[in-house]
This record gives sequence, C-alpha cells and structure tokens, in this order.
Amino acid sequence: MQVPAPLEYERATSVDHAIGLLERLGGSARLIAGGHSLLPMMKLRLATPEYLIDINDLHAELGYIRVEPGQVRIGAMTRHRELLESAELATTFPIFGDAERVIADPVVRNRGTLGGSLCQADPSEDLSAVCTTLGASCVIRNREGERVVSMEEFYRGPYETAVEDAEMLVEIRIPIRPNGSSAYEKVERRAGDWAIVSAGAAVWLDDGVISDARVGLAAVGPNTTGMPAVSDALRGSEPSEAVYEQAGELAAQYCDPVTDMRGSALYKRHLAKELTRRALRRSVARLREGV
Amino acid sequence: MIVNGEEVTREIEGRLLLIHFLRDHLALTGTHWGCDTSNCGTCVVWLDGEPVKSCTVLAAMAGGHEVRTVEDLEQDGKLDPVQQGFMECHGLQCGFCTPGMMMTARALLDRNPDPSEGEIREAISGQICRCTGYATIVRSVRWAAAQEATS
Repeated sequence: MQVPAPLEYERATSVDHAIGLLERLGGSARLIAGGHSLLPMMKLRLATPEYLIDINDLHAELGYIRVEPGQVRIGAMTRHRELLESAELATTFPIFGDAERVIADPVVRNRGTLGGSLCQADPSEDLSAVCTTLGASCVIRNREGERVVSMEEFYRGPYETAVEDAEMLVEIRIPIRPNGSSAYEKVERRAGDWAIVSAGAAVWLDDGVISDARVGLAAVGPNTTGMPAVSDALRGSEPSEAVYEQAGELAAQYCDPVTDMRGSALYKRHLAKELTRRALRRSVARLREGV
Repeated sequence: MIVNGEEVTREIEGRLLLIHFLRDHLALTGTHWGCDTSNCGTCVVWLDGEPVKSCTVLAAMAGGHEVRTVEDLEQDGKLDPVQQGFMECHGLQCGFCTPGMMMTARALLDRNPDPSEGEIREAISGQICRCTGYATIVRSVRWAAAQEATS
C-alpha cells in the first residue's frame, strides 16, 4: 500500500489565508491543488511535507479564463477539463486544446490544474511547453503584493520555479497578438502517458511573411524555455516546407534529450525535429483557414 | 462528508486517502483499490458530481463535499441502466474494473445521453480492464444510452 507520510492538513479559504498559512508554517508546508503530481510523489516519499494546505476551495476565486483585449488571463486553479472545454480558449489559442486532449486522461483532467502543472515544473510536462510557446507570464503573489515573471524566469530547472516560500502562483497571462495561430504535437508510448517528446508552435504572419514565431519543447532536457535561435531563423521568411525543416533542425540541435525507458536520445532528437515541423505547419494552416 | 446522500463524520488521519476511507472506514467496498498510481481507474468515485480517482484524493480534501460511490447506482432495489447494460452485454468478466467503469459511464450519460462509441472510449480512456473486455464495456454503455432514450 502506498500512503503519504504523516501530515497536518489545513484548508485555505482565500489566497491571503493560504499565503498567511505558508508564512506561519514555513518551508515544511506545501500547497495542494488537484494533487495529481504532489500526492503520487508523497506516496513514494519523494515529497514529505509536514503540512498540506488544500487550496481547492479557492477554485471560485482562481478558476477562470478571461479573454480580454490584448491578453488572456487564466486563474491558477483552472482545471485541465475547463481549459479543454473553453470555446474561447480554443478560438484564441488552439494549442491548448491540442495539448489538453493528450494530457493524462479525462478523469485526471477533472482534478489537475494549470497552476499545479506549472509549479510541478516537470521537464516532461506539456502545459509548461504550451505557456512557453505562447510567451506567457506568471503572476506570483506574496504578502507584499504581486510580481509578474516570464515563463523563462518562472522555470528555474526541473521541479524548481520562481515561486518562493510563502508565495503562490495565482494567474497566468498570455498576450494576444493579431494574425497568429498555434498548435501542439505529442508522441507518447500509450494514451495518457508523459510525452516521449512534445513540441508546441505559435506563428504570427504579416502580409504572408512570418513576423514572429515561437517553439517550445517538452521532455527533451531541462531547458524547455523557448529557443530564440528558432524564432530568429523563422522571422522574415515566408512559410514553406524548407523553413519548417530548418526550424526543426535547429530545435533538434538546441534540445538536450537523454536516453531513458521512453526512447533513445537519437530518437528523441528526431522527434524534436519532426514535431517542430508538424506544429509549425499546422499553425500556419490554421492561420490560413482563419482558425 | 456526504457519502451517497448520507452525512458521515469521522476522525481521520490527514494522510488517509479517500479510497481507504470509503473501504476501510465506511465499509463501502464496492469501490475497488487497484494500481494506487491513478492509472487504472477502478477506484473512480464522484466528487461533487465529477468522476475522480479516489487513490489520488485525500479523504480530508473531500470533507464537506459530496461523494458518490458505485453502491449508490442501484436505487430502491432497481438497478441503474448502466448496471443493467453491463449485465445484458457482458460488460464484466472478472469484475475488477467494473465499479470505476460504471461510475465514469454514469457521469458520461448524464452529460451526453447519446454518446458515440468514440466518445465512450475517450471517457473510459483513463481506466484499464485487465480482461481487455473493452468492446463489451462500450456495448454495455451504448445499451444503457439506448435504454434511457426509450424509457
């Protein structure tokens, strides 16, 4: 039987209450949202928090998707299912639907949250790659107030984020820029598994020329925080198979996969290239179809 | 916690998982305990109307909320159409995955009374039948949908 180590359970009634509890209980306390990353780690005793602060009651406060002029704001407690079922999000950023359909399974998606996924900072985690691809920023709150960090600043390394003790990720902001679209591609061993490799792409066109493009990869090494070289290579070009090929080669070159039970480094590098090409191709196709 | 419509109050350890609370504290052993890693889905129960894997929820997290287990499908001696469907279409062989499958199927039909085979397969994609009897499980859920449409 796998059970977590003994712990004290507290339930937060507001964000300020949660932050107050974190301050009082110190580094031995952890927030728990959907629990589908933290509880498995606690069962394996990879995580042994003395205090768990349940923030599920904050769903009313932090579970939202607000599409505003210029940006989308998503509350950290928004669950996977809500991200998948949001028609507005599907229109604005189709990459979310692509990714959510292949994250875990529908029952797990009823519980897991966007904020929990990002804070887990697993290098194989898909929503971190999605948010990186879209140039998202993260709103972190503490007693003094809020600070906003880019995904590059947020993600410090495997399982490490910019969220310090007595702080909480409360919102993800994604800029909306005109004439853009996005897509996500994932190869997994079986339905619902972690990625062997995933690639997200976002493309913006101006008069038929790529004005900007971003690619984010998952499961190919600790650095999933975007690849400026790929963006540089794509900007100013007209979309074409040759351009996707070049971007794919750069993505393969800049990632750092390791051989493990999911595949060899060589295979993963091949996937990084091929999935980058496919994601770029699909983003441009959507843009031209007006999706 | 409200379990199957009845309020229950217990002193528990903070680390107690919902699956063990239901089985060991309330003797509701209809919900099965399987992989313990949120992969197999035999432990699926409803939490506030949504299917969740009870091996990956603390009992404390469900405190004050509504939990529904497979025991609640049958009402007043009458089987739920999903249960009838599993009987009619041989939706179970060993029966281990059945409670989770039926709770997910019931939730699916409540939201989508006429699901396609693909939609049923998607809904149960987080659940494993160790007898590999998926074809008959899908058929059972379709049977229940058809039954409910005519009644």
